[in-house]
Formats: sequence, C-alpha cells, structure tokens
Amino acid sequence: MASVTLKNIKKNYTKDVTVIKGVNLDIQDGEFVVFVGPSGCGKSTMLRMIAGLEDITDGELYIGDTLANDVHASKRGIAMVFQSYALYPHMTVAQNMGFALKLAGTPKAEIDERVNKAADILQITHLLERKPKALSGGQRQRVAIGRAIVREPKVFLFDEPLSNLDASLRLNMRVELSKLHQDLKTTMIYVTHDQVEAMTLADRIVVFNAGIIQQVGTPLEMYENPSNLFVAGFLGSPKMNLLEAQLVGVEQGAAVMRLPKGITVRSAVDASRGKVGDKVTLGIRPEHIQLADPQDANGIPARVDLIEHLGDIVLAYIEIPGINEIICIKLPGHMTGLKYGDSVRIAFPEKNVLLFDAEGLAFKRTI
Amino acid sequence: MSVTSRPAHYGFAEHWLPRLVLAPSFLLVLVFLYGFIAWNGALSFTASRLLPNYEWVGLAQYEALFASERWWVAVHNLFIFGVLFIGGAMAVGIVLAILLDQKIRLEGALRTIYLYPLALSFIVTGTAWGWMLNPGLGLEKLMHDWGYAGFSFDWLVNPDRSIYTIVIAGIWQSSGFVMALFLAGLRGIDDSIIKAAQIDGASLPRIYWRIILPAMRPVFFSTLMILAHIAIKSFDLVMALTGGGPGFSSDLPATFMYQMAFTRGQMGLGAASAMMMLVTVSAVVVPYLYSELRRSRHV
Amino acid sequence: MSKPWRGVLYAVLLIAALYYLLPLYVMLSTSLKTMDEIRAGNLLSLPGAISFDAWHKAWGTACTGIECSGLSGYFWNSVRMVIPAVLISTALGALNGYVLSKWRFRGSELAFAMLLFGLYIPFQVLLLPMAQTLGWFGLARSMAGLVFVHVVCGIAGTTLFFRNFYVGIPDELIKAARLDGAGFWRIFLRIVLPMSLPILMVTLIWQFTQIWNDFLFGLVFSSGESQPITVGLNNLANTSTSVKEYNVNMAAALIAALPTIAVYVLAGKYFVRGLAAGAVKG
Repeated sequence: MASVTLKNIKKNYTKDVTVIKGVNLDIQDGEFVVFVGPSGCGKSTMLRMIAGLEDITDGELYIGDTLANDVHASKRGIAMVFQSYALYPHMTVAQNMGFALKLAGTPKAEIDERVNKAADILQITHLLERKPKALSGGQRQRVAIGRAIVREPKVFLFDEPLSNLDASLRLNMRVELSKLHQDLKTTMIYVTHDQVEAMTLADRIVVFNAGIIQQVGTPLEMYENPSNLFVAGFLGSPKMNLLEAQLVGVEQGAAVMRLPKGITVRSAVDASRGKVGDKVTLGIRPEHIQLADPQDANGIPARVDLIEHLGDIVLAYIEIPGINEIICIKLPGHMTGLKYGDSVRIAFPEKNVLLFDAEGLAFKRTI
Repeated sequence: MSVTSRPAHYGFAEHWLPRLVLAPSFLLVLVFLYGFIAWNGALSFTASRLLPNYEWVGLAQYEALFASERWWVAVHNLFIFGVLFIGGAMAVGIVLAILLDQKIRLEGALRTIYLYPLALSFIVTGTAWGWMLNPGLGLEKLMHDWGYAGFSFDWLVNPDRSIYTIVIAGIWQSSGFVMALFLAGLRGIDDSIIKAAQIDGASLPRIYWRIILPAMRPVFFSTLMILAHIAIKSFDLVMALTGGGPGFSSDLPATFMYQMAFTRGQMGLGAASAMMMLVTVSAVVVPYLYSELRRSRHV
Repeated sequence: MSKPWRGVLYAVLLIAALYYLLPLYVMLSTSLKTMDEIRAGNLLSLPGAISFDAWHKAWGTACTGIECSGLSGYFWNSVRMVIPAVLISTALGALNGYVLSKWRFRGSELAFAMLLFGLYIPFQVLLLPMAQTLGWFGLARSMAGLVFVHVVCGIAGTTLFFRNFYVGIPDELIKAARLDGAGFWRIFLRIVLPMSLPILMVTLIWQFTQIWNDFLFGLVFSSGESQPITVGLNNLANTSTSVKEYNVNMAAALIAALPTIAVYVLAGKYFVRGLAAGAVKG
C-alpha cells in the first residue's frame, strides 16, 4: 500500500499540444480517489501516466516515497483495470489472472493459491477454467479486477471500468467495488466520466477540465460548495440551474442580485470582493427551489413547460417570463397535480443560492 | 532519435527492439527494391548490352526504345489487352456477383467453382488454353464434329488475333477474383438502405443501378487498381500461351523487357523499357495509395 | 422475383460454372487419353480407356528441352524453394506487422508507406540489378538465390497482412501485458502470436500460392538444377518437337497445379480471405 503524489505534472504530445497543464495532488495511502471530467479533459492521460503507459513530460510522480517517473510500468507496484477488460482471449480465466505472477517467476503453488484467493473474493471460482469468450460482460469485469487483485498491488488503477456494462450491472459492480475497497484498504484511483460513480465511490473526487484540476474534495463538499461554474454544472443530476444576473447589493454575509424584469434574489455569500453592477451567475440546485403560495407576492411568477414523473420524484421544467433559461425543479413524487401550462410561483431560498463572478469563480458561502 | 528522448516508460530494450526488428526488412526493401530501381534507372542510361557497361549514353536507349517497332507493338498490345481484360473481367465478375447475391442455393459451391482458376499458375492456364484454342485438334475440331464444317479458329497463330487469346485466358482466370471482391462488397452494404428503397417503391434493377453500385465505388476502384496492375505486369500468360508470337505480335512490355534484357543482349534497352513500366504503374498506383492512406488516416 | 426469372438466373449461373470448369475437364480428360484417341475424338469427348501413360511420361520421361526426365525434378525443386521462402517471408511479415501496429516509433509510418509501394513495383525493374548482385554473392542460378528473391519481394505483402490484422487487436491488451511485466518478445510470443492463427493461415496460403505459381523469377534466376515447376512445365509444353503430345502437356499442367488446387480445396476460406486482405491494401 502506498500514497501517490503528483508534483506539477505536465504532458505534451507535441510542442504545441498540451493535455496536462501542471497537476498537483496528494493521494493518501488507502484512499479511494475518483478522477472525473468530460471526455478529453486529461483524466485518462493522467491515469496512464501514473500507470507508466505514457511519458511524463515534466514534473514528479511519487508512488510511496519512490520517484516513479522512470520506473517501468510493471515495476511500479500498480495494477490496472481497463475499460475493455483487456483479457487475453486465448488464456483461461485462471491463466489470465496468474499471467503476471508467472512472468515474475512465482512458484506454481503460490500462483494457484493467490488466484484461488482472488477468485474467492470475487466469487468467480467456478469460472476459472473458462476462456473469456464464454463469459458475460459482468463476469469479464470481475476477471479483470481479479487479475489486478492477484498482483497484490500498492495502488489499483481503474480506467472507466464500468462503462461497457448495462445500467443494472453497473449498479451492482459499483457496490461491489466499494466493498472491495473496504476489504482491501488499498489505494485506488478511478477514472470515470460518470458523476454518479464519482459521487458514490469516492473518498475524494478530483474534477478535471481542459488539462487542469478544477477542484478536489469529498463528494459532499463538492456538491455543496463547488469552487467554480464548471464543477457546479458538472456534478448533480439534473444539473444545477444557472442564471445570469447583475449584482445590485453587497451586504454583510449576503448579496442581492437582479434578474431581468426586475426580479431580485438574495444569496447567503460573502460578495465583498465584487462590486455593484458586476455581471454574475447565480446557481441553485433543482431540489432547492421551492413552490411558493400562489398568492405570495414575493414568489416569482412562472409557467410550467414540461412535467416528468419519475415515480419517486417529479421534475418540473418552468419558464420565468423574461428569462431565457428553462429552470428545473425537483419535487416530491406525490406532487402529481402539476400540468403543462399551469401558472406557479417559485422561491429561491437565500441559503441555497450560490453565486459566481464573471470569471466563474464561486463567492464563499456564509452558511 | 537520441537515447535521451526515448519514452521513459519504455525500457532500453523496448525502445531499441522495435527498430532493430524492423531494420533487416527495411534495409532489404530499401536496397533491393528502391536501390535496384535506381540502379536499373542508371543502367537505362548506359550502353549496356550483354553485360553491364557503364558508358553513359544519355537518353539514347529511350530514343532507341521509342523508335522500336516491337516496343510500340507491345505498348499497343498492352492497351488492347488492358482495356479488354479489365473491362471483360469486371463485367463478368460484377454480373456474377450480383446474380450470386440473389439468395442462391448452392452459392458456396458456385463460388468455389468461379474462384478456383485463381489458385492456378498463369503457366498452367496458358498451357490449358493453348491446347483448347490450338487450330487443328482444339476448339476448331470440336465445332467441325458438331457439324459446323466451315468453322475456323486460328487466333493463336494469327498475328492480328493472337493478343485476343491472351485476353480470353486472362478473363477466365481473373473474373472470379472480381466476383469475390464485389460479392464481399455487396454483403457489406447495410440492408436497411435496400429495405428503405424498396419501401420507396424502387424496382430491383433500379436499386442496383442507383443505390448499390454507387455504394460500391471503393470496391470498384481497388479492383480496377489490381486488375490494371496485373495487366501491366502480365508476363507468364503470354509466355505460356503464345510466347509473344507469332513473331512478336502478342508481345507485352513485360515480355519485351525480358527478351531484350535476357535473350537478345540489349540490357540497356531492357532497363529503359522496365523504367517505362515503373512509370506507368506509378502513375496509376501513387494517386491511389495516396488517397487510400489519407482515407485510412481519417477513419 | 418471379419463377421464370429465377429459372433464367440459375441457368446463367450454371452456364458460368461450366465455363469455369471446362478447361479443368478438358485437361483431365485429355491427360487420360492416348494421342491416337485425341486425334480421333474432340476436346469434350470422354477418354475411352483410361490411360495413365501421359501422367507417367509427364512425371518421369518427358523432354523439357535437351533433358528428358519429366517434371519430377522440377516439382521437388519447387517444394525445396517454396518451404523456406514461405516460412521466412511469413515470419518477417509477422514481426514487421507487430512492430508497425503495436510499437510505432517516429519514422515507422514512413517505413510502412515504403513497404506498401513495394507491393506495386513491377518486378521487371529489379531483374537486371538482382541478377548482377546474386552473381557477386555466388548465388546466381542457385536455389538460395531464388529463395532470397522471393523473400525480398514477399515481405511487403506479408507485412501488410499482419499489420492490418494486428491493428485490430486492442492496444489495451498490449498495455495490460506490459503492466503484467511482459516485454517486447514475450508480448509477441505469449499474447500476439497465439491470437494470430487466422492471419497466419491466410499468409501462409497466400505466399505458398504466389511462390509456387511464380514463373518470372524462376525463369530469370534459376537454371538446370534449381528450376521450379512452372519453368519445367513451360519448357515441356513449348519444346519444339515434331509432334505436340497434348495428353502429356495436360498431365504436366495438372501436376503443376495440384498443390495449389489442393490448398484451395482444403483451405478455401483462408484463400478468399487472403484475396480480400490483399485487395484492400492500405
């Protein structure tokens, strides 16, 4: 087991094409860290650099206390699970799992023992003599994980391991991966573009975009306090509602914004570095918008555009006259009375409204 | 590349091994294909006859080549052979492919039959057709036996017709190949396009003419390329069927080159004719390869 | 399609089949006749009494120029030539394809493009320099020289076959093997090669057919002791004796054709795949 430390890591493919622009990160021993971001953001490149499958153009990579930049991939004490599983098609499951040990000259008895132990953990003992072709997607995934476990690595690397599975299997495997991490307590680095996987699996999430780290934190921290617009928009489903507004008042521990048509909204943030008249973006998550009493003069008048019943919840898409963005509201599942064209009044609770400056950076929340 | 810039994640061996492994083949090809092209080019500017002789004569061999009646017969023959052979093999092959594509019982067996000539050497093909087309005991006698007493077929020994016998045998040998490529192409077409056209009310011939054949353009061009390449290099079939004769009436550039370089002691002239063949092939192949490589890079 | 049209369709296809089969039938029936029978009958007539004399003569005593010992010597020459030439060119092609698909380096694409053009070079431009060079190395008109020429001219094709096949093997498999501690050779021998059976078959069959059927190189680069069967057959069929023995010629042609036909019949699937792979070059 080991920590992983990235110091100012950079990656250029050619002189002009830079995919990683200086990444600093400390991953603790035993931590489950998820790299998340849209495709092409550099998260997979980062993982392959840690694995030793890509060069590190500049910066230092430590695995444990060892500078690993020039250590061969197979000597870094890591194991990797690939998106396509990358099982050797001509070998049985047992041979697949034991291949690394065999190459390392491990005695046969020990290989068998370690393969059996891993197979036991993953409940694939009955598949050991089969070839990958005869396995289902979920079974292949287990074998790929088993192959990693057998090596008893210091760090596990996962490259979008669940994206080839169907939805229900993905859920199962997610739970199992969590359990596996609890049992093994090994450092794990996991790359995904799926924010649900990130939220559910991670001790800490690292959000990448355009080759730099946008924010690092626990899932809840990230959800509650996104440090910029990108993170705010990326985490959460449905997405956070983002509305353009103008800063009209900076108070002690709060800010006042004006939306078009003279609607004013308050936000519990410290906006002292902004000034009145600045363009800002306000953000509010769908579950935080409230339906106000139709008679309440403080409610913002709006009209229902579309209703989606998901059973446990209702998603209402509403339009405020004068505002371009359609606003999404998440309501409890029993509120089935709303329908297309209904007039409603909504309220943005002050404590739930986030605020971002013109550069997209968040103002610090005061609650 | 210097050692310092080798990818750090490759070991020393992993950096150099791929180059080392490719090197022998690369050198062989560099020396024995490209080097020899240059060498042959040099020979074509010399007065070499029976033995190489590096006395520089400039373009004299090319002038001699272009003044040679025999060369122009060969070029003319290549033109006739090329057009008829490519056109014939294409037509027969495409028709067979379309017919075979109609959910035919026994398709496998028929395909096997159409394709087996390709496994044969052109020498075998030439020998067989030489026997069948020979005046006297071959086709001619068969027709006489069947009651066509006046039938006469002397193409093999008629200087004005001999090149056509090569066309006949060539088409027989290569049309199955066209069939196989086109059949594979037809099978690769998305069925839903055809279904959609049927729903739109298009008739079967119309679907083939307007939808399927246009979709086969890439197959068409690569087949055309290969046939053109076969035509330009044709040598064996001529040697086995007519030996270039009667006289030199069925010579092709490839047989011309061989005769000049190896039996008539006109090495410089042979080298010049080989260069002309290379130029012709390059004119066809280079644009094709260029577009293929570009396409595969984009995919 | 209506019933009568389907009838026409089958008729056309069957006539085409007869057209392709006709020369084979003529060869076979002629080779089993005596010369008297050939003169008496016609192309299509069946042999009256089956006679293997022509086959015996073609194999053992027919004249191929001055010598009159049939094709047997040429046949074994071809066997001795084809085995090393096929094995070496296939092995080199596999290695090259592996490097060009899985271990690309700066310049490797250029090397590939050069190889690719090599497929199309008319071999006539190589004949004169090659003859000279083989002479310098004492390989002129020798079996070794002939094998060498076939290897050099075969590399481009075999490399292309393997390269295009290996491009289809996921790179992640190679990465996984690297993480497992396998290097260049072990990945090739333990991972890539065991997956190569189909393309290995295709390449072996393709090369076998090409080299067995070659005539040009055999004619130019060999003599007497080392000539392959195609040259022997051509000599036999075009030897100007007073009477052409067509039955012997046809038996000889069939002897020359048997190995490739056998391969075609036994492994036709791979043969067709080779055609397709060879056709879609690039």
